[in-house]
Amino acid sequence: MPQTLAEKLISMHAGKDVKAGKLTVVKVDFAYMQDWTGPLTVDKIHELGGALAKDPNRAAVFIDHASPSSFKEVSTGHIKLREYAKASGCRIFDIGEGVSHLVLGEKVTKPGMLMIGADSHTCQGGSFGAFCTGMGSTDVAAAISTGETWMLCPEAVRVIVSGRLQPGVYAKDVILHLIGRIGADGATYQSLEFMGDTIDGMTQTGRVTISSMAVEAGAKCGLFASDDHTRDWLREHGREGDYTEITHDPDARYVRTIEIDAARLEPMVSFPHTVDNTREITHEDCKDVPVQQCYLGSTTNGYYEDFAAAAAILKGKHIAPGTRLVITPGTKTVYRKMMETGLFEVFLDAGGVINSPGCGACPGSHTGILGDGENCVASINRNFKARMGNPNAFVYLASPATVAASAIAGRLADPRRHI
Amino acid sequence: MSGRAWKFGDDISTDLIAAGRYAYLRTNMPELTKHVLEDARDEFRGAVKPGDFVVGGRNFGLGSSREHAPTIIKMAGVSCVAAKSFARIFFRNCINIGLPAVRVDTDRIDEGDELELDLRGGVLRDITKGIELEFPPMPAVMTDILEAGGLVPYLKKNKGFVL
Ligand code: SF4
Repeated sequence: MPQTLAEKLISMHAGKDVKAGKLTVVKVDFAYMQDWTGPLTVDKIHELGGALAKDPNRAAVFIDHASPSSFKEVSTGHIKLREYAKASGCRIFDIGEGVSHLVLGEKVTKPGMLMIGADSHTCQGGSFGAFCTGMGSTDVAAAISTGETWMLCPEAVRVIVSGRLQPGVYAKDVILHLIGRIGADGATYQSLEFMGDTIDGMTQTGRVTISSMAVEAGAKCGLFASDDHTRDWLREHGREGDYTEITHDPDARYVRTIEIDAARLEPMVSFPHTVDNTREITHEDCKDVPVQQCYLGSTTNGYYEDFAAAAAILKGKHIAPGTRLVITPGTKTVYRKMMETGLFEVFLDAGGVINSPGCGACPGSHTGILGDGENCVASINRNFKARMGNPNAFVYLASPATVAASAIAGRLADPRRHI
Repeated sequence: MSGRAWKFGDDISTDLIAAGRYAYLRTNMPELTKHVLEDARDEFRGAVKPGDFVVGGRNFGLGSSREHAPTIIKMAGVSCVAAKSFARIFFRNCINIGLPAVRVDTDRIDEGDELELDLRGGVLRDITKGIELEFPPMPAVMTDILEAGGLVPYLKKNKGFVL
């Protein structure tokens, strides 16, 4: 039977063929928590009263959301996580290591895996040809303690992206366009499976951007076949041996097909307060939107290539008066590479400020909280009311290049004028 | 169980239910509960009564995986969340913590209506209006988890997942 990627990956972990719509118990290859969901996960592991970790090599704790912490209560939660890691023997990635999903992409995620994380953007790992999905603290606690979870094998939506992206248009614009088209619940419970020649030519970083935002359309996962780009990434990170081929079966059953003509896409912006509230940058509404804060970073655009795209635009330029540019590298590896290749200099000369690796301002608790009435254009993944710490502020989502162009202009701006 | 309806709109995100700026209270659930749904309807947190129903529109609970969101709704005394549709992680979290979440056409319910839930029967009754809203039966594993009081008691009882 031809299978969708979701069916294939779930079947591999159920030990039997599983079709879309069926419930099954699966073996979990890796499960993780972060510092906002972790203390509750640890409580639940203790309540369960079983193993602290069925296999400590298949679990990890990340301290990335408050990294470093700004509140004594959060710091005390961190102590609990460190104690749990020590007692269970699982790995801990402490302050300064970076965003969980991005660190895993460098060190752990590989084609064919099934992972769950107590964080909604766990779906980012789908870019490797792995079944990765976010769950709550109790589910992750159960998976860490028992090595298993139950799931419904999702129906799959085929997204075919073809044609060449114009210069100045990126993977972020593809996914914002898709979410704008199908809505914030357009793929609820479903698997978004990406293919087509644009995807074939896309780097691993671009695929990460797309898969991380699958959840913003309600999807359970955003999956890609593995190929040479996946292999290149693994090689660059010293893990070529982790490569296996996971491909689309030609006759798999999809509930629907969405086609995207990449050549016609323009830079996209999501307006407050929902991700699907999108406009093309050339739209009237984008004409005069002043921005006080411009933000680069997060799970969705936190790898080197993302910052390099912004730096290419900012090089030799300065941000507008009254605008601030806040930069949060996704991981320590990215941070180091930015430093070594001169990106820090570009950002500093342009008037930017660089924070420590991690979630930074994305979850709205520190290092870049907005003031009342302020606008921020950010390369992050959601713009819900109160997202960046203030219910009276406004978050616009865009690609790193659009963020950079907007920082120079002091208002929403088209990056293509710099390319 | 029965209680009054509190109406909310579409796309009530977990940021609106349990805001990021209160993340420092996540290890102190009773305090965090005092801010439940604050950015969606500020008056709710002070006036919600035990047994009340949260009634939403489409895509209730979208966004982050924070289980604190359904947990503080439950701790505020809410007996059930009814919505036209739910975001996946939020829905699963509700079941895992033993908070019934049911999918019905909530347009027919008005603010303050007296509601009653019959989980096994698959019916939400609007007593004020005298109507019955049916919802599709949940998979057995979900009803079992709910009736056990959540995933932790379920796993303790069954020593694993039983499908
Ligand atoms: S960077 Fe933002 S989206 Fe990613 S895990 Fe952190 S808070 Fe969540």
